[in-house]
Amino acid sequence: MSNDTATEPEQTPVPAGPAKESGSGLPNWAVQGLVSLSAIVLALVVGAILIIIGDDDVTAAAGYFGAAPMDTISAALTAVGEAYKALFLGAVGGVDQIAESLTQATPLICGGLAVSLAFRAGLFNIGAQGQLIIGAIFASYVGFTWDLPPGLHLLVAVIAGLIGGALWGGVVGVLKARTGAHEVIVTIMLNYVAIYLLVWLLTTTTFKRPGRDDPISPIVKPNAQFPQFGDTRLHAGFLLALLAAVFVWWLLNRSTVGFELRAVGANADASRTAGMSVGRAYVIAMVIAGALAGLAGSQQVLGTDLPLTDGVAATIGFDAITVALLGRGTPLGTVLAGLLFGALNAGGLQMQLQTQTPLTLTTVLQAVIVLFVAAPALVRSIFPFLPKERGAGAVLAKGWNG
Amino acid sequence: MSETTTTPDTVRVPAPAAIEAPADRTRRLRVGSLMLVFALIGLLLAIFTNGGKATFQLVSGDLQNNLFGVPAQATALILGILGVIAAGAYVLRRVPQSYSGYLATLLGICFIGSFLCWAAAGKTFPLANQFQGTLNFATPLILGALAGVLCERAGVINIAIEGQFLVGAFTAAVVSSTTGSSAAALIAAALTGVLMAALLAVFSIKYLVNQVVLGVVLVVFASGITGYLFDQFLQEDAANMNTPDVLSAVKIPLLGDIPFFGPILFNQTILVYLTYIAVAVVTFVLFETRWGLRVRSVGEHPKAADTVGIRVKRVRYSAVLWAGVLAGLGGAFFTVGYAGSFSKDMTAGNGFIALAALIMGRWNPIGAMVAALFFGFATQLQSQLQIIQTPIPGELLLMAPYLATIIAVAGLVGRVRAPKADGEPYVTE
Repeated sequence: MSNDTATEPEQTPVPAGPAKESGSGLPNWAVQGLVSLSAIVLALVVGAILIIIGDDDVTAAAGYFGAAPMDTISAALTAVGEAYKALFLGAVGGVDQIAESLTQATPLICGGLAVSLAFRAGLFNIGAQGQLIIGAIFASYVGFTWDLPPGLHLLVAVIAGLIGGALWGGVVGVLKARTGAHEVIVTIMLNYVAIYLLVWLLTTTTFKRPGRDDPISPIVKPNAQFPQFGDTRLHAGFLLALLAAVFVWWLLNRSTVGFELRAVGANADASRTAGMSVGRAYVIAMVIAGALAGLAGSQQVLGTDLPLTDGVAATIGFDAITVALLGRGTPLGTVLAGLLFGALNAGGLQMQLQTQTPLTLTTVLQAVIVLFVAAPALVRSIFPFLPKERGAGAVLAKGWNG
Repeated sequence: MSETTTTPDTVRVPAPAAIEAPADRTRRLRVGSLMLVFALIGLLLAIFTNGGKATFQLVSGDLQNNLFGVPAQATALILGILGVIAAGAYVLRRVPQSYSGYLATLLGICFIGSFLCWAAAGKTFPLANQFQGTLNFATPLILGALAGVLCERAGVINIAIEGQFLVGAFTAAVVSSTTGSSAAALIAAALTGVLMAALLAVFSIKYLVNQVVLGVVLVVFASGITGYLFDQFLQEDAANMNTPDVLSAVKIPLLGDIPFFGPILFNQTILVYLTYIAVAVVTFVLFETRWGLRVRSVGEHPKAADTVGIRVKRVRYSAVLWAGVLAGLGGAFFTVGYAGSFSKDMTAGNGFIALAALIMGRWNPIGAMVAALFFGFATQLQSQLQIIQTPIPGELLLMAPYLATIIAVAGLVGRVRAPKADGEPYVTE
């Protein structure tokens, strides 16, 4: 490692602990918050441009731009205003909307934690998608084939989901520890293996719902379903997601295992010299990360969807990566980022219904937010008044050989 | 110079047969057992092959003439035994180390052969379609993997191939539909590929963003932006915006008349020919030209390259941007080269398979091409087997490329080594 270029070690996120003073006098978390906020603002600007380009009224008014330029501008402002108003109200405009946002946020938080935790151990877990799918398969299998008393059934199904995800994640950890196979490559590949496995299982008699030809399983039995809040789609899985965040915080900041994970993530060589088993840390990190993603899968199948379909994971596993990046690898940050993205998803649906602005706009927003968050130097060159932070930049900077 | 600057793929030192390092021995036994497993599966398939004839269709669409029939079980058995011999020869070191690659290839061919005999016993297997489809699936993969080779040899990890595919596919469809010109469509696709590459280059080289993070985000971005533009424009006015002309096949005289392989290889669209050329050009440029040497040096040891006066960042920018051309063209294949109209997320993970092909091919253009062809073969075989109805679920076959990649990176089959400085931004103090 002697001839590595200068960027490698110090980029691990500053542990959430007593805030350290940076050069500007603001604590680091405040600076990070400001950068994230600026990134959101910039993303909204990019989104606004897209809305304006796509709006028919604006296009019509632009046809006579020379004659009445104000028409174009007011049409543009109206289009952007209406779309963002629908987005905002759709996300937090009432009890039902908030419940929907939280429902959307639930798997994102757990998936995000799965990516965050692995980050902290120096691993890039792109495999939340696959781990989530396997978790969902396990949880739903227990959910619709077994018969257990209320409460216990749900518990067992959730544990099955955890085990499924942990297995899928654990494979990655073991391969990394034993053979050095890069986790990014292995997780990407395992995502596809998982989705094909799911598609195949849904054609087998065990998983296919009798009388249906499309890939859908029987509905999970009522005993194994998460209790709903009122008549909203929000279910107790959300509370479990928050508990999981607390657990990850405790694990990382208050436990010996977590300390080892962070140490290995910060500097694997130093940890090895200090007598820690780097391989063991990788396996533990991936097992727990996989279990967290498996939990997200359980939440989807036992709380939100109820039958298992080939679309159970949607894009949650990939969104989870952006959530974790926005959350900067900390549990609290991940929860907040998950809530934001959940709100964007829920609001985006309403925006699409009310203003015909496609839901895909929120995908762009999410990507641009993370792009800016990942490049604080760029944000700072656009907003020069932002204070500097220490240890800024990417969560990790390692190549395939790292 | 230590071995870090030599390319691992071009050096194959024939070791004296008598002495073997412990590490080599472990590897030989590991790889050997894997080969034996495959050989035995092949033999097992042969044993369970039904009697009767396996018929192979040699000309696409012609079910009467040009058929080639073999006794299924006998052929499968012969191939199976040959496979076992090949695997055994490797394990027992009956041939020089330098021939082990040929043994593995022989085993692969035998395995696929007995598999096909097993699957096609008593049926007709469209062999021409199989090869045709392999090339179709592999073409974008090859272009994408070549793009990845260029980027990663220069030290920039490119996970965003999928994103470049998407924007390339989108632009090609729109430009072809609106202008009616296929040439314009290809150029536009290449340009948007470069645009995505520029994002990758600027954020990774200038803003030092983690390249894996960046790649993932760029894929999401490309999916979002093409999805948004699709929803806003292409769906509203599909007749004018999303009806591209599919490139027509151009037959190369003489070469196209070669029996069997002629029509498959040399009666193709311009994009496929471009792919052949791209493989040759990238290989030549990377290993025979000054620029290529510079690209490899900034990917292996940027500091050393800097010391001898190579402008590291500039070389990296140029490599990433040229790669964008290839990836954009690869994207164009999905619309104007094959399917016609654009649909959301139509590249369906092919960019990631291209990444896998690049890794399986050990960051070498030729290797990447072979891996891409293998992935294309598996994908096409899956759809063929569904048509002739074999008991193997297609989904399990679709997993094959991914599992093969995992086996490759886990070091079971030779060591896979990335360029030394791949993924590390270069910062001068």
